[in-house]
Amino acid sequence: MERQGNASSDDIPLVLAREGTHGPVVYATNRAGRLSGISMGSRVVDMRAICPEMQVEYADVAGDAAALQRLMLWVRRWCPWSVTDGADGLILDTTGSDHLMAGEVAMLIEMETGLSLLGLTSQLAVAPTWGAAWGLARYGTVRSVCPEGGVAQHMAALPVASLRLDTDTLLLLQRLGLKTVGQLADVPRLSLTRRFAKTELARNPLMRLDQAMGVLAEPVASVDAPPTFWVQARLPEPIFDPTHYLPGLCEDLCCALAKAGSGCRRLYLTVYRTDGEVSSLSVATSHPSRDPDHLRRLFNDRLEKINPGFGFDLITLEAGAVEPIDVVQTRLDGQTENDLALPRLIDRLTAKFGAKAVKVPVLKDSHVPERAEGWRPALNGVGHDRAAIARSRPLRMLDPAEEVRVLYAVPEGPPAQFIWRRQTHRVARYQGPERIAPEWWKDRPGTRLRDYFRVENHEGQRFWLYREGLHEDGRGGDPRWFVQGMFE
Amino acid sequence: MQCLSTLRTKQRLRDLQQPKVAKATLSEAFAEKAVDAGAVGFVLSRLPKGEAPILWVQDRLSQKEAGRPYLPGIGVQRPIIRVDVTRPADVLWAMEDGLRCGTLGAVIGEIWGDPPVLSFTATKRLAIRAEAGGLPCWLVRRSAMPNLSAARDRWRIRSLPSDPHPHDAQAPGDPRWQVELFRSRASKPGTWVVRYDSATGHVYLSAPFRDGGVAAANGTARQRVLG
Repeated sequence: MERQGNASSDDIPLVLAREGTHGPVVYATNRAGRLSGISMGSRVVDMRAICPEMQVEYADVAGDAAALQRLMLWVRRWCPWSVTDGADGLILDTTGSDHLMAGEVAMLIEMETGLSLLGLTSQLAVAPTWGAAWGLARYGTVRSVCPEGGVAQHMAALPVASLRLDTDTLLLLQRLGLKTVGQLADVPRLSLTRRFAKTELARNPLMRLDQAMGVLAEPVASVDAPPTFWVQARLPEPIFDPTHYLPGLCEDLCCALAKAGSGCRRLYLTVYRTDGEVSSLSVATSHPSRDPDHLRRLFNDRLEKINPGFGFDLITLEAGAVEPIDVVQTRLDGQTENDLALPRLIDRLTAKFGAKAVKVPVLKDSHVPERAEGWRPALNGVGHDRAAIARSRPLRMLDPAEEVRVLYAVPEGPPAQFIWRRQTHRVARYQGPERIAPEWWKDRPGTRLRDYFRVENHEGQRFWLYREGLHEDGRGGDPRWFVQGMFE
Repeated sequence: MQCLSTLRTKQRLRDLQQPKVAKATLSEAFAEKAVDAGAVGFVLSRLPKGEAPILWVQDRLSQKEAGRPYLPGIGVQRPIIRVDVTRPADVLWAMEDGLRCGTLGAVIGEIWGDPPVLSFTATKRLAIRAEAGGLPCWLVRRSAMPNLSAARDRWRIRSLPSDPHPHDAQAPGDPRWQVELFRSRASKPGTWVVRYDSATGHVYLSAPFRDGGVAAANGTARQRVLG
């Protein structure tokens, strides 16, 4: 969908080529190319002999696939469920969505308009099954609408190629004299079964026919489930800033949530851009909520992160991680309980600084100091563990521990003098050692044990020093000294 | 003998002029040495007891230079919610947002140096919010100048050689700090020596010894003899 320069004229035959075994082959061509006799899959040099004025460009297959993926998300403005179909098709499950656009015909017209504004040519059809929609869109009349139960009648006149069969099978059916779907359907089932009993789906006309008729189920399995609660705002013309629409959207969504007695822990704001892309933004809460003011405030300062492109004309707000909220009145005077203040504070902080920046410490079962404490996001709840801490540990932890230069080593105990951060510290008193062995089930082999000392320097500052390793323990050279923490 | 008793009376009188326990307001604690954890220890000892969580906001420089709070050392009496941010402006934002939440027990912020955003107005906002919300709010400042500020109490804290250890003469005992209240709205400024009883969590304030000889002999009587 990225266009560079002006599109070439439709009158000039244009060919997209792809590398084949014997030089480039034709991958796609335009209408003028088809009229001058260019066929897909043939070599470019042969086609140049037929049509000397044709222009050749290389096809970007991966780029096309990526663009189709983006377009698949963009078409969710019309229905919540969509998947890609092959290299050039999209399947939309519009069940229950067409009445929003005043009927299926009006919906098809709106889709065609929207896609043509993106510069895309589209062939659309509505049908009860995937197979029928595929065939009708490619071989049927323009914008054909097939009602429930009318598949056999609508498909009868189409060629058998509309059944998504591969070329060998089509050739076989042609030799058998079966040209249309109607003729194929008239053949007794038993003979078709006998002939194609063990062939795979793409070469099995009977199974393809069953799929088109709806006898064999073929559900639309979207990548992610459709949201249960979502609201959208359709805008008359593209805008760049969703701020003014957000309060209304939040209120509508919270109304829907309140009716269902639930709250959400995630919110996804999606804007559908006019250039065929989708930008999205999500916020999370630590406690299920359906308070429109609170949810709106979580988007403060974050809306600028959404990329509006050349503007967007549709905004949707989805609720994710929906959980039930029980409404309990705890006070008679109608005042609200203050319980929610802390989760809301965590939500606001997390929305502004990210889930990694707001965290709570938890005690872990380990003697190695840096493993004795773990940090988890505060969004998962502020717990309160009451494990007893037996040993004296420093108030502050340096992460990672900083190596000190020993000036004055003594055979036992900590160094008498050391330099840390360019300052000389003279050790006045010390306590230790406390030996902490490496955890062999976690540490790499060769990790040295540590002897921890609680030292106080001549000025009264108290540090937590450790010596890594012992003299001649066979695990490296001389032991090194580190400062890991500061006592109060 | 009588002279000694007079001294004691004077000492007791001086002890009586102690500052009140931190009210719900903004206080600043200046650490004289950046790597000295005494300031944090003093701030924690001044917080009112309870089980309400503490919001602890640090900027990046404070964390790199002076470490992060370590739960096994602080204890699990109350939960801690730590916020790591990069800029001092974000520290102020998070503290102000935290002061709005009534269920917190206290808000502690650590800011390195003298950033321009920490102006008189910013501290005034914090002080007013803290008093409106009824929460004690502490700003721990390191390598900072005590410039103009609206903090109601301003302390300067320095670690002193610790008390003698009851069982081990070689080991450091209970921590002691010299705290100086150099500006206060509610109480009279002064200097105290604080002994923190780590077993019970009590804090004992006393006036410092004027006599240098006595002070030097206190605690560090048996200094380690250098090789």
